[in-house]
Amino acid sequence: MSIVTPLKTAAEQALSAQFSAAKAELPGALPVRKLREDAFAGFEAKGLPHRRLESWRYTDLRGLLREAKPLADKASVTPAVTACLAELAFEGVRLVLIDGAFSADLSTLDAVPPGVTIQPLSEALVSTREDLIRILAGPGIAQIDTGLMLNTALMRDGVFIEIAEGTELAQPIAIVSLASGEDERAIFHRSVVVAGKGVKATIVEIGEGVGPHASQVNGAIVFETGDESDVQHLRIVSRAVPETVQVQTLMATVGANAKFESFALVCEAATLRQQYFVEYAGEHSEIGLRGVNLLGGQEHSDVTLVMDHAVPHGVSREMFKNIIGGEATGVFQGKVIVRKYAQKTDGGMKSNTLLLNDGATMFNKPELEIFADDVVCGHGATVAQMDGEQLFYLMARGLPRPQAEALVLQAFAGEAVEFVQDESLRGMVMGRIESWLAKRDGSSLASTV
Amino acid sequence: MLEIRNLVVKIADEDKQILNGLSLTVNDGEVAAIMGPNGSGKSTLSYVIAGKEDYEVLDGEILLDGQNVLEMEADARAAAGIFLAFQYPLEIPGVATMTFLKAAMNAQRRARGEAELLTPDFIKAVNGAADRLGIAKDMLRRPLNVGFSGGEKKRMEILQMALLQPSMCILDETDSGLDIDALRIVADGVNALRDPKRGFLVITHYQRLLDHIVPDTVHVMSKGRIVKSGGKELALELEKNGYAGYADAA
Repeated sequence: MSIVTPLKTAAEQALSAQFSAAKAELPGALPVRKLREDAFAGFEAKGLPHRRLESWRYTDLRGLLREAKPLADKASVTPAVTACLAELAFEGVRLVLIDGAFSADLSTLDAVPPGVTIQPLSEALVSTREDLIRILAGPGIAQIDTGLMLNTALMRDGVFIEIAEGTELAQPIAIVSLASGEDERAIFHRSVVVAGKGVKATIVEIGEGVGPHASQVNGAIVFETGDESDVQHLRIVSRAVPETVQVQTLMATVGANAKFESFALVCEAATLRQQYFVEYAGEHSEIGLRGVNLLGGQEHSDVTLVMDHAVPHGVSREMFKNIIGGEATGVFQGKVIVRKYAQKTDGGMKSNTLLLNDGATMFNKPELEIFADDVVCGHGATVAQMDGEQLFYLMARGLPRPQAEALVLQAFAGEAVEFVQDESLRGMVMGRIESWLAKRDGSSLASTV
Repeated sequence: MLEIRNLVVKIADEDKQILNGLSLTVNDGEVAAIMGPNGSGKSTLSYVIAGKEDYEVLDGEILLDGQNVLEMEADARAAAGIFLAFQYPLEIPGVATMTFLKAAMNAQRRARGEAELLTPDFIKAVNGAADRLGIAKDMLRRPLNVGFSGGEKKRMEILQMALLQPSMCILDETDSGLDIDALRIVADGVNALRDPKRGFLVITHYQRLLDHIVPDTVHVMSKGRIVKSGGKELALELEKNGYAGYADAA
């Protein structure tokens, strides 16, 4: 066997130098330090993910990262950041990360309800809790991903949220993560949500950037949810500074008789890779991963997910709606694994795309790996143009073309948005979609009666 | 008044010519019926008047109150007063019927430079029209035409016609798929809209609809042209003798 030593790119060399220089001051007790070292060794052996890796085939991170920007080591609360935060007010708990660092001052910690404990990740990393390493690591299927390895090696801060058994939250907990863009920075953050048995909670993640400089963002969120819990996750990635490159990883381990629903809205997100690694830790649970990607210009949005049915009687649903214009590119790679003993699994995966013009591109790659023999699993991927008959019908009633198109597109996206259970959050998502559509064609949309 | 002069139309992507020099005038207040066999071009005519893009007009003109509409997009024609009641109304999942109705009414008002409707006025107008057409409130809450029966879809078309108050109504096979009771409700809805300022072009295969919507004039269409015109008695003659005698007249 010959040993191939790949040539390192400038970015890979810079990352090695950055890790060597920063590892002593990155937060973490001894086990965390070891976790970082192992993760970085794993990264160094493989390098940045590139298109010859099947799971990164359509998002060549090695090519995209010409250089590794300096690690963010401080939070810049610029006037633009303050203005952006003012627009992102939440009634309940709002936790704020600026350039990946948790800011207690900008967060509303006095609103934290009983049963919820919140700690900056940088503090949690130096704690001595025994299950820390297991929780941080997430599901087994995530361990081979080099994008995540980098996050593990270099994560600086984030929030660690624990919700005690039986707690039912009336309001969502929002994590707002802003890249200040004060100078060029690489931001590595990770948040953790541990929800005990029977917890009902909604976690919102909003990621945005303000200018002038683009950032490199590598974020991760880990969910560990208990039996009979019902955890909803809403993510909005938007308003990124052009040239921003982001990798966002979601990991979830879901207990028995539980529900876990994640919805992600992507609009104006520059270059974004979202990856999901989700596993069933108990039987009779329902997991839904859904999202809407609104792409234009040169944007690139990759949704890659691995759903691991490790136990019987799991129900999983994936539904991603993509509206792609300009010269933008969408990617959907969905892998559903049904292990040998995961009988009675019920899986359904959908990726539906509307291409608005000739320059737009969509790659779909559904994969089913089924080792059990008594399962129902299906997938469907469609790529189409807007339905001309529908548009004519609307126009024949007097709607100008842009408004008719917006109505059809809104309805197309709406099918996935319906699964956002919190009414005000659903309204927020539809509002964002409406303003994206309005910006696209300059028309005002019909308001709902 | 709708005037169609020497209209020659083909399908945009094919060489197939559908309308071959069709001329027809529908005066204000007139109900004109077009009858003809399958494939004679009746539906094409309705689509071309409404502004569907799949066709290419090779010659002729369509004037609404003296204004040539062929250069206008479908939405502008609607705002100018043309309304097509579809043979097969489209289902639009995800678009609430009320949202659609309000958007359509306001779009036309905006195009005509009128103020938008206030929500209470809008709801009152819809409820009134829905009651008259026997449309349940529940239908108005559903996505547009989704899961509606054939009869419900046709009633929804007439509801839109009543709300939009067009000056030229085109009904494309509105009787198809309707049972006798639904037919009567739809016909009553149309008759209620008859007005000295409003013209109707009623396209149908069968005399049956014309028992309920009594036309002023009847035109026979064959091979893309009007081959005979007459009064309402012409429809009865067709019912008796069929279209066979007109196939060669074109």
